[in-house]
Amino acid sequence: MIRFDRVSKRYPNGRDALREVSLQVEPGEFVFLTGRSGAGKSSILKLVGLLERPTRGTVTVNGQDTASLPARAIPAYRRRLGMVFQDHQLLMDRPVYDNVALPLVVADAPFRDIDKRVRAALDQVGLLEQVRALPSELSVGEQQRVGIARAVVGKPVVLIADEPTGNLDRGLALDVMRLFRRFQEVGVTVVVATHDLSLVEEFGQRSIHIDDGKVSA
Amino acid sequence: MISPATWTTRHLQALVAALGRLLRRPLGALLTTLVIAVALALPAGLWLLVQNARSATGDLATAVQVSAFLKVGTSVERAQELATTVRGQPGIATVTLITAEQGLKEFRERSDFGKALDALESNPLPHTLVIQPTTVQRDAAALERLRGTLAGWPEVEIVQADTEWAQRLAALLAVLRTLFLASAVLFGLGVLAVIGNTTRVEIAARLPEIAVTKLVGGSDAFIRRPFLYSGLFQGLLGGLLAVGLLAALLAALEAPVARLVSLYGGQFRLAGLAGEETLVLVLAGTLLGLVGAWVGAARQIARISPQP
Ligand SMILES: Nc1ncnc2c1ncn2[C@@H]1O[C@H](COP(=O)(O)OP(=O)(O)OP(=O)(O)O)[C@@H](O)[C@H]1O
Ligand SMILES: [Mg+2]
Repeated sequence: MIRFDRVSKRYPNGRDALREVSLQVEPGEFVFLTGRSGAGKSSILKLVGLLERPTRGTVTVNGQDTASLPARAIPAYRRRLGMVFQDHQLLMDRPVYDNVALPLVVADAPFRDIDKRVRAALDQVGLLEQVRALPSELSVGEQQRVGIARAVVGKPVVLIADEPTGNLDRGLALDVMRLFRRFQEVGVTVVVATHDLSLVEEFGQRSIHIDDGKVSA
Repeated sequence: MISPATWTTRHLQALVAALGRLLRRPLGALLTTLVIAVALALPAGLWLLVQNARSATGDLATAVQVSAFLKVGTSVERAQELATTVRGQPGIATVTLITAEQGLKEFRERSDFGKALDALESNPLPHTLVIQPTTVQRDAAALERLRGTLAGWPEVEIVQADTEWAQRLAALLAVLRTLFLASAVLFGLGVLAVIGNTTRVEIAARLPEIAVTKLVGGSDAFIRRPFLYSGLFQGLLGGLLAVGLLAALLAALEAPVARLVSLYGGQFRLAGLAGEETLVLVLAGTLLGLVGAWVGAARQIARISPQP
């Protein structure tokens, strides 16, 4: 469950990215965040991932007010979250396998589990052949899918994805969306930021439209 | 909760990762290790100097003795009583009575005045008590007290205490010991600084990796682990290398020192680090490495925030 109560975000440069945003995503719901470039979609997801903090208002995730989370509890919080980033955030000098395994390794998962789950996640995004490749040897779309595999490998409770299909062709984009839907079907809360409205229509899920830092009706 | 097997594997993994990082920049690691080794070898060398100086001058230190010359005419029996009394005092190792007869005999044997002495009607030498204090009683104040007691006795003519050399020696050893302590602290701080700084540089070079690791939920402790192992390992290597450096130094000094000692007709042999001293040195290096890495890593890693 994700809940924003009159959340405002002003960046240090004075830019107001969000103005009094209130929204709610139910547990196990699949929601799209839509809006023009610069509307504030990424800002909302960053607040959920605690990569940014709100200037005003409260962000509640899984019943927890994120402002009251002590610093030492943040790693464990992030481990229950799957995040796909607009700019991938991969370790470019490490093989695909290591990148996807990282969330499990930092969670001290047993070795046998790691191997099984990394391969399963890579299989789901169609990259099982590339386990040993370096991200720099992959296409941008393939890198994006590595990021998706990394986000889902830890079986997160909440999955947030920022333009996960931005560099993928229609077929692959639909595959990724179906993968996310399968997660939703087993109870994961999924939030996908995109400006691909045709994708939203095709999947027919609820969408929250952001316009210039505000939720529009 | 995490199982012991997983915990062990994780730590082994961090250790291997740390070793891998060190091996990937062998020259840098070698230089750091060398600096640590030299910084550890210097105070350890001073320590050896203190120990060796102490054992080399052992005879000098025990040369502290007090001679009480009794008044001429004191009876041998009275002199023996006095010797027994002194023996009963605290802090006295040995008391030897050299009677006037013995003194004269010795003098006669050692000098060419034999004939002249025969001409003397009476023995001009006094009975003498030669007193060796125990080690604890060898400081100046205790000796002064002893001299005062003896001088207060009516049978005693004069008391002579030869403490000057012992005092000089003790002062010199104290200077060396202080020098050792100061250098141990200073060079220990040096090792901390070197490892702390190496760790900071290493972290700065791995900033993107650390940021991504935090992004997926890696804790500071997890991120710190390989850096701590890296510091610990370099400290350990530095300690071992310091032991090697000292051994080489001692080997080089052995022949010249033996020659010097033989010129003085002494028995002294240069001593190296004892087993437990070696252990302490290596452990000190390891611990300093670990603490230095911690100091360099803790705050810096905590400050890194994932860059979305
Ligand atoms: N770190 C930052 N510092 C300053 N301003 C920022 C920062 N991040 C975002 N902004 C500004 O906040 C506003 C919202 O940005 P945000 O990234 O949330 O938009 P978005 O909806 O994700 O856009 P896009 O579809 O292009 O990704 C933009 O005007 C942007 O310039
Ligand atoms: Mg964005």
